[in-house]
Amino acid sequence: MERSDAIITLSHVNAGYPGAVILRDVSFDIMRGEIFILLGGSGCGKSTILKHMIGLNPVLSGRLAIDGLEWGPKTRAQLTRRIGVMYQSGALFGSMTCLENVMLPLEEFSKLKRRERVERGMGLLKSVELGDAADKMPSEISGGMRKRVAIARAMALDPEVVFLDEPSAGLDPVTSYALDELILRLRAERGMTFVVVTHELPSIFKIADRAAMFDKARGGMVALGSPKALKAGSDDPFVRSFFNRGEVHG
Amino acid sequence: MGPLERLGRFSAAKFGEFGVRMAFIGETLCETLATVFHPRRFRLGDCALAFERASFDGLPVTVGVGFLLGVILAFQCAAALEMFAVEVYVADMLAIALFRELGPIITAIILAGRTGSAFAAEIGTMKVNEELDALTTMGLPPVRFLVLPRVMAAILAMPILTVLAELAGLVGGAIVLSAMRVPTEVYWAHVEKISTAGMISFGLAKSMFFGLLVGLIGCSAGLRTKSTADGVGSAATAAVVGSIVAIASWDGIIAVVLYVWGMMGI
Repeated sequence: MERSDAIITLSHVNAGYPGAVILRDVSFDIMRGEIFILLGGSGCGKSTILKHMIGLNPVLSGRLAIDGLEWGPKTRAQLTRRIGVMYQSGALFGSMTCLENVMLPLEEFSKLKRRERVERGMGLLKSVELGDAADKMPSEISGGMRKRVAIARAMALDPEVVFLDEPSAGLDPVTSYALDELILRLRAERGMTFVVVTHELPSIFKIADRAAMFDKARGGMVALGSPKALKAGSDDPFVRSFFNRGEVHG
Repeated sequence: MGPLERLGRFSAAKFGEFGVRMAFIGETLCETLATVFHPRRFRLGDCALAFERASFDGLPVTVGVGFLLGVILAFQCAAALEMFAVEVYVADMLAIALFRELGPIITAIILAGRTGSAFAAEIGTMKVNEELDALTTMGLPPVRFLVLPRVMAAILAMPILTVLAELAGLVGGAIVLSAMRVPTEVYWAHVEKISTAGMISFGLAKSMFFGLLVGLIGCSAGLRTKSTADGVGSAATAAVVGSIVAIASWDGIIAVVLYVWGMMGI
């Protein structure tokens, strides 16, 4: 892919919180239509990078841009329409039904009439195979179903990039496999870019085009490339250890 | 850590906390103004739900406490006034006390315990479950989405609850005095004579202000919830304690201001 195809660019980013740098000098591009994995052991800073990408926390230094736009008061409204986020817990609103959760962004930001919003919301729920859960409350469905509803909500405004924070966390292998299939199918159908935080090796090998790997001990990115290439050809003992023997707790 | 460093850290933390509260009030004000100009942005359904929980669900306890307060006050006052055979003036004392001070204050304290803590717990739980982050990344400010409907519900619920608590208190007083052989008609005639529209309106205006305090403090505590095991519980406690302190402090300030302005006779 050409560099001009990059939809997210990180250039010399220091990630963390005021007074606590977790990752230093992180630079990489994420291409349009790619499934990109943020990878590493527990506490390595991959969720911190994700929070910078979705505009919850500002980067400490360096440049992070989505399609050339950096997060700021003037660009926030524009950028929030172009991204969708699925949180680790699903983060569905407990006082709303699944359909109302999916329709919320449409209600707030689209000019669709109620009937059109319902149609679109139902379409999104059907696309994640949950058409029959439309009238159920989040507390009445399983964890895997909540995550699928959250994916449907994240896609409500047809975003260019969908961020998924640990989609497999807390799910059994069968549900996790189904979720991976769903991500692949949605990418094929809608051509969206997916940025996924995970440390589940089966998921990584199944869905990822490329991955960036972070190491807490070294406080930065230690590898970038396709998971298969990283497993086969990395000289870094940390990377080899992660891919060949499982997760490294940093 | 030396004492000087500890003092520095403590001061920095307190200034930081003050700044966060000021930012919250500023954001709430901005969102309120924005909602005035774009009323369709106001989440009426959420406000109605919060209003129902704050008012109708809180009715039995508020009316019950108001009634008992009237009974207790009537007994205490009657015991003293009986010595001078003027126990009928208990009606006047009760009306003034309930309409001006006790009605709004007691109702506000009950609202703080029931509704303020519920606001803090609801919003705090949403924060722990990343729902506030979800709102932010969807471009929906949590203050507009969660705080404004709840604060408005608390402001609207307070006068209704206050009036009912005051009436229940007066009924309690009437029952006590009728047991002391004061005719009920005489009791209510005294209540009617002493109660002015200004006094009742002032009490209701104060109750709405207390509703604003309870709503703001409850929601603010919820938004500042920490993601720890006791985070939501601490937020609920902070909401109740903060509300009660604010209600007592502002009631004192209002009393002093009215005294200085020579308006105590409202």
